[in-house]
Amino acid sequence: MTERKIRVLVAKPGLDGHDRGAKVVARALRDAGMEVIYTGLRQTPEMIAESALQEDVDAVGLSVLSGAHMALAPRILELLRANGQENVRVFIGGIIPDEDAPKLLQMGVAGIYGPGASTDQIVHDFRAAIPVDNP
Amino acid sequence: MDLTDELLRGSRLALARILTQIENNTQQGRQALDVLFPHGGKAHLIGVTGAPGTGKSSLVNQLAAAFRRGQAGGPRRVGIVAVDPSSPFTGGAILGDRVRMRDLAGDTGVFIRSMASRGSLGGLALATSGIVLALDAAGYEIIMIETVGAGQAEVDIARLAHTTLVVEAPGLGDDIQAIKAGILEIADVLVINKADRPGVESTERALRSMLQLAHPSRRIFQDTTFKAGHRPAIEIPENTAQSLGEAANESVWIPPIQRTVAIEGIGIDEVVQEIERHRQYLEESGELEKREWARLKSEMDLLVRETLVKQWSARVSSSQYHAIVQSLALREISPQQAVKKMLGDD
Repeated sequence: MTERKIRVLVAKPGLDGHDRGAKVVARALRDAGMEVIYTGLRQTPEMIAESALQEDVDAVGLSVLSGAHMALAPRILELLRANGQENVRVFIGGIIPDEDAPKLLQMGVAGIYGPGASTDQIVHDFRAAIPVDNP
Repeated sequence: MDLTDELLRGSRLALARILTQIENNTQQGRQALDVLFPHGGKAHLIGVTGAPGTGKSSLVNQLAAAFRRGQAGGPRRVGIVAVDPSSPFTGGAILGDRVRMRDLAGDTGVFIRSMASRGSLGGLALATSGIVLALDAAGYEIIMIETVGAGQAEVDIARLAHTTLVVEAPGLGDDIQAIKAGILEIADVLVINKADRPGVESTERALRSMLQLAHPSRRIFQDTTFKAGHRPAIEIPENTAQSLGEAANESVWIPPIQRTVAIEGIGIDEVVQEIERHRQYLEESGELEKREWARLKSEMDLLVRETLVKQWSARVSSSQYHAIVQSLALREISPQQAVKKMLGDD
């Protein structure tokens, strides 16, 4: 059996155009041996959910710097569930005020990373959250 | 098997999950391939290859949209398999072809799957073949397989396709990348993308002369100019080769050369027409059957090799293997003797 790889979708939902952070995380995940489907800028929640479905990803990483996370996160979680992908872990990086973090975690977001977060921590958390079982 | 039933009934989730099983070469994946095999053989398989920087993903994006619009015979469902290299050091990969395919995003008649090469050449061709079969069985009528053209791996994948597009672009270096890589011979359609860049005339001349060398009996090339109705940003001179008077041999396919500017949609309809024309040629000439035969035989041969290696490595213990490698490194035995030792033939 070929070794099973962790597949992650990295996307920037909404209209913000700063993608350096998303690219840094994408590279870190690749260097950790994961396959990163990088979809780029201006993704709608529907586009993100459809890509996650077709690529059968284990996790979705969202980069949100626009402040729209409280609208985007629940919508994306809802679409993933509707598509039968309730096991996909959703991680959010970007500008997330402290008071919003607990609400997001309660909604089902698996991890939140502000500007100072280390890529080592992110890689560690992804690996911990995604069971690499033998089918 | 429930998942294959769901796939055959149109579930995209089932399809996606089976693709993962196939890619990971699990028992469930192999069983699914057996169940799905009789449902395959319907789609038109189009390989798209070329050096990095030639704009393949943008071209695939535009071609898929054109097939969805359906100029000849209505809209068709399109599957896209986009293969990118894995890092040989970390085993990970960035699969970024979707970035160029935003236009297709809302359309559920298009299924895009990104694949990493994962290191093993034979394994990649087999996995790709399995993924193509699953998409075929799921009802995608056009399946495009996009790879970076760098050598033998891509030639193996090109064997999978009925129609192979080789994409070039002007100004990528003094030599034509496709010719350097030796993949010109596998082209059924040659596309010069980014045709608005300087150097396109010399790129086209170089390709024509290479084709002439490869096919010395053919002196008449399919001439391609932009059709009326498009507004090209560049001047395309009318080629007078056809007026030289020799009729082309009807049963031989001469790869046409088509200029495109993919991101602007220029030349796309013409490429679609050439693909359709090639499909027709394959059917009318009996080539399609021959290629299918060769394709399936090639897949079976790959599978034989992979299976034998797997069986062999199950017979050799890890410590035995390493002891033999140690002996080899000390030049106590030659590579051939090492293999005999492992197989117990010495």
